[in-house]
Amino acid sequence: MTSFLVRRVVGALVILIFISLITFYLFYAVPRDPARAFCGKICPPETLELVRHNLGMDKPLFVQYWLWLSAIFVGRDFTQFGPCPAPCLGYSFATQEPVFSTIVDRFPVTLSLTLGASVVILSFGILTGMLAAWKVGQPLDKIASSSSVIGASLQIYFIGPLVVFLLVDTLGLLPRPSYVPFTEDPLTWFVHLLIPWVVLSIIFTANYTRMTRSQMLEQLAEDYVRTARAKGMSGRSVFFRFAWRGAMIPIITIFGVDLATLLGGAIITEQTFTLHGIGELAVRAVLNTDLPMLLGVTVVGAAAIVILNIVVDVLYAFIDPRVRLN
Amino acid sequence: MTTVSWSSEPGTSRGPGPFLSVRDLSVRFSTEDGVVRAVDGLSFDVEKGTTLGIVGESGSGKSVTNLAVLGLHDPAHTEIDGEIWLEDQELVGASGATLEKLRGNRVAMIFQDPLTSLSPFHTIGRQIGEVYRKHKGANRKEARERAIEMLERVGIPQPATRVDHYPHEFSGGMRQRAMIAMALVCDPDLLIADEPTTALDVTVQAQILDLLKDLQQQYGTTIILITHDLGVVANTADNVLVMYAGRAAERGTVREVLSKPRHPYTWGLLSSMPRLTSSVDEPLVPVRGTPPSLLSPPAGCAFHPRCDFSQLVGSELCFTQRPDISPESGHGDACYLTLQQKRDIRTGETKDHA
Repeated sequence: MTSFLVRRVVGALVILIFISLITFYLFYAVPRDPARAFCGKICPPETLELVRHNLGMDKPLFVQYWLWLSAIFVGRDFTQFGPCPAPCLGYSFATQEPVFSTIVDRFPVTLSLTLGASVVILSFGILTGMLAAWKVGQPLDKIASSSSVIGASLQIYFIGPLVVFLLVDTLGLLPRPSYVPFTEDPLTWFVHLLIPWVVLSIIFTANYTRMTRSQMLEQLAEDYVRTARAKGMSGRSVFFRFAWRGAMIPIITIFGVDLATLLGGAIITEQTFTLHGIGELAVRAVLNTDLPMLLGVTVVGAAAIVILNIVVDVLYAFIDPRVRLN
Repeated sequence: MTTVSWSSEPGTSRGPGPFLSVRDLSVRFSTEDGVVRAVDGLSFDVEKGTTLGIVGESGSGKSVTNLAVLGLHDPAHTEIDGEIWLEDQELVGASGATLEKLRGNRVAMIFQDPLTSLSPFHTIGRQIGEVYRKHKGANRKEARERAIEMLERVGIPQPATRVDHYPHEFSGGMRQRAMIAMALVCDPDLLIADEPTTALDVTVQAQILDLLKDLQQQYGTTIILITHDLGVVANTADNVLVMYAGRAAERGTVREVLSKPRHPYTWGLLSSMPRLTSSVDEPLVPVRGTPPSLLSPPAGCAFHPRCDFSQLVGSELCFTQRPDISPESGHGDACYLTLQQKRDIRTGETKDHA
């Protein structure tokens, strides 16, 4: 277990370095000059040179990368912005705020959105999928299966505003989606995020319903399930104690990927509900040619994916004793 | 029990008879292609404490029959007619709750592939113990002790350690032993073994069969052994039922069926089996053709398309009329050839071979 974790964490770091390198390179491959953007519309060549020097952009590419990378561990002193203690991801070109603290500020928004939606998605998806498998071929199964297809084919930018219009503007049942820190007022936090959670889960739940249903049916056809029935186990205990374990493995895999994607920034969702999370930050960084911010968001998103993959692997080992981590 | 109960439902009482009696059983599956008559009018008896070997090709209805005894068919796609009597209890019409109490308790089953038939997610001890807990109301600790005792009984070394292992940590033979331990944990009266040795290598096969025999002698368990291997039957069973296309082709004691086989299909099975006494050069004679589709079985005797002797019967009886097994008890077969004709054919064949 420990050696597994060490190996995976080292692997994760290599991946993150690789991703940041690619992002760095791609940024300079794009024919837009961040110094020019930073300098403003009317920009004399001398000022442009100065800006370039202050941003550290006059140094060779690999030196710039090395400075960026080492700053994460040892911090860095910027002539323009002042000292930046570790973990330092630099200062945003656009807002001149430290990137790290901006991400830290924004992260709770994305985290609240993602985790809340995940709870709804997993509980509803697995529940309806299991019900459908339990009542396979019966009306309940058909309703669950067909409504999940409808859910999966909806788009958030369509259904999101529709739900807001209906529940907020017309019926006035819920407040307009926004972010109130959980630590400030849990109830307000909950009520204001309810619509984004529900809308996200309408779209994602379908996938989990379908997968749970098909996985359960697959497991129920397995020999060991027949053995359990031949032992006199009741239909219910066969369903929930035996088949369930096997069915969860692929669901955890997909959930790990979905969760990481959402944590890396649910760009469209955040835009739809004007929530200021990581996704919105990423969009602005791209539009503003804001290299430090873009790098920071990319690396944080990639880290979320890599870490969740490790978590998923550990979970496998807990569910399935045949999986050995070493 | 404080009250004395007679037979629970009227009309279900029965005088003393065989331990297990299957009467005119049919099992039909509705599939997308039509109705499959997997078992079609099958009757047989098993006496207490004996072993019945059921032999036949794949798809002859061996497993389907025995899954019907445990009521394990999916009722949504299966139609079952006929009667299955376990002593004085009828099982075809029995409720789900009744069958649940029976399974793993009075009637237990072991399956062909012990790796896929054991849950990969639970320890061996737990899988054995939960049967005991379910049927005997034992607590966790008692169930665990019982599991260790059972593992010891089926010859697994270091049972106290092994009880906490998972199936993937066992070898093939040990898994089947564990499977047997699981089946026997509640001391069942009837054990159905569905090709218990097919997935195992030959030396392990012999060990498992010996184990079953020993356990039967010790505990008086009645065994139904499903196999396609006549060698297994010869070593283990008291009686044999040869099945073909969902029906009984021949029935009798092992001695009767193997040394004086009457049905052409049994002849085919026997001549397709290697013997130590025959010369190496002598070719094995397989039964020609393939088993019939049970979606549209041949009219008349289902074996007639593969039978070399149907023209001897005359008046196209084999092609139009389905033979029933006769005589009703003892050594019987379902074939229109007269005993004299069969004797002539067999002696002729022996001469040919000589």
